[in-house]
Amino acid sequence: MTGEILVPDRSGVNEHYWLALDARHLVFQECLSCDKPRLPPRTECPHCLSDAWEWRRASGAAKLISWVVYQTAFHPAFADRLPYTVAVVELIEGPRLISNIVEVDDPETLMIDQDLELVIQHERGTAITRFRPFVRGSSNTHNGVVN
Amino acid sequence: MHGSVVIAGIGHTAFGHHPDRSTYSLNIEAVRNALNDTGVDKSEVDGLFVKFPTSRFEFMYGQKLAELLGIQPRIGGVWDQGGAANISLISFAAMAIDAGQCEIAVVCFADNPKSGTRHVYQKAWGHDEVYGWFGVPPGYAMIARRHMGQYGTTADQLGAIAVACRKHGARNPNAQLRKEITLDDYRQSKMIVAPLRRDDCCLVSDGGAAVVLMSAKRAKQMQVSAPVPILGYGQGQTSWEVAQRPDLTATAAAISAKTAFAMAGIAPKDIDVAQIYDCFTITALMTIEDYGFCRKGEGGRFVEDGRIEIGGDLPMNTSGGLLSETGMPGLQLVIEGVRQMRGAAAVQVPNARSCIVSNQGGIMHTHSTLILGQ
Repeated sequence: MTGEILVPDRSGVNEHYWLALDARHLVFQECLSCDKPRLPPRTECPHCLSDAWEWRRASGAAKLISWVVYQTAFHPAFADRLPYTVAVVELIEGPRLISNIVEVDDPETLMIDQDLELVIQHERGTAITRFRPFVRGSSNTHNGVVN
Repeated sequence: MHGSVVIAGIGHTAFGHHPDRSTYSLNIEAVRNALNDTGVDKSEVDGLFVKFPTSRFEFMYGQKLAELLGIQPRIGGVWDQGGAANISLISFAAMAIDAGQCEIAVVCFADNPKSGTRHVYQKAWGHDEVYGWFGVPPGYAMIARRHMGQYGTTADQLGAIAVACRKHGARNPNAQLRKEITLDDYRQSKMIVAPLRRDDCCLVSDGGAAVVLMSAKRAKQMQVSAPVPILGYGQGQTSWEVAQRPDLTATAAAISAKTAFAMAGIAPKDIDVAQIYDCFTITALMTIEDYGFCRKGEGGRFVEDGRIEIGGDLPMNTSGGLLSETGMPGLQLVIEGVRQMRGAAAVQVPNARSCIVSNQGGIMHTHSTLILGQ
């Protein structure tokens, strides 16, 4: 790894999200007024504008909305990992997030809307969410989280 | 409102590489050329609508430019919608003229990302640095991949847009890149972020452009030589960033065009020539769909077989677009639309009587549409 160290913003409304991931749980917010789920963390619900929410634990089941394969580094910190895959992933509970797809030999064989499962990995000391294709029967998932 | 305001003059700098020129200097050259083209003195300009340089935000940029131009506008300032801003500013200027807030308005833009900083284009989106989610092309690649998966759109169909723009740009003496390509050249071009190749991505350019607006009545009184009436305009905004957008392949172009067509009182079938914002090939393909030139999902088939090339059903980006003329965000497309309506374009569509122009910004966050007539 070269270049500057990239760390997520763990302050304010983001803090619990990252603490939960450190404890191996992917969480999302659910509005206490309109029940809509959301990510990334926000202090107000963009649907009803309420500032009351609770954290919910995600199952880890998701589907692939779309993905790209970086053949060029847009930041020096990622120059030595080319090619790498970045995806938009939709949790079965609803929220969407940016993530990486791992454990795939040829990312061109992925398909939109295919099932994924959560893999929690560590990057520079921080637990982050990644996903891999879900293959029925061969998963070693425990409560949706692959360790 | 329909046709009450005209684009009375156009001007721009050379497109390409301007080391040692400030964006103010480029703006002033473009405005000087546009005022000369109009035949109006700067002392008569009382509206100044500016898109600030995308690559570098600066507080009160519009006021600084007004000072350097030596004018004191009644109304003006800068507007931020990314690449949609130029047509939006033209529509605000037209509304201001219709509402008696100013009489002669200049809309202008300049930037120098080729010679200066490109930092703004390389930053991460949201809080997603840890996943390597950086850059503008990947956002469009994410949308392109979904479109391919949903509708079967192919790389060659995206390539057809690059081929058309490069073909037209090669015949435009002002174009920054005057090199035609074949579909096979496109297939061989370097993959930047799959599924997008280098030839799917617009140029990086320094330059400036400006247009002068006034009422049709004023243009007649002043005997402006070639006024081009504005028939309609519209805007639309998606707001959601790519990861949060409920439908990656639906864009705000649809509502923007609907507003503009309603104002103009015409339909897509009435359009003779189009200048469609092509920061990436997928942007142009989806705009064609959302403008109603074909059904959603059929944009890929629509752009094949030379249909968008000169001589085709809908000649598009006749000066080369962002892929070949200049990567500047959008005002040059308006200028080419004006040339087509004047009958004075380098690659002229015979008997063209209506032109639609699109601008869009962010990663398809914002959209604006302009319909020009004769």
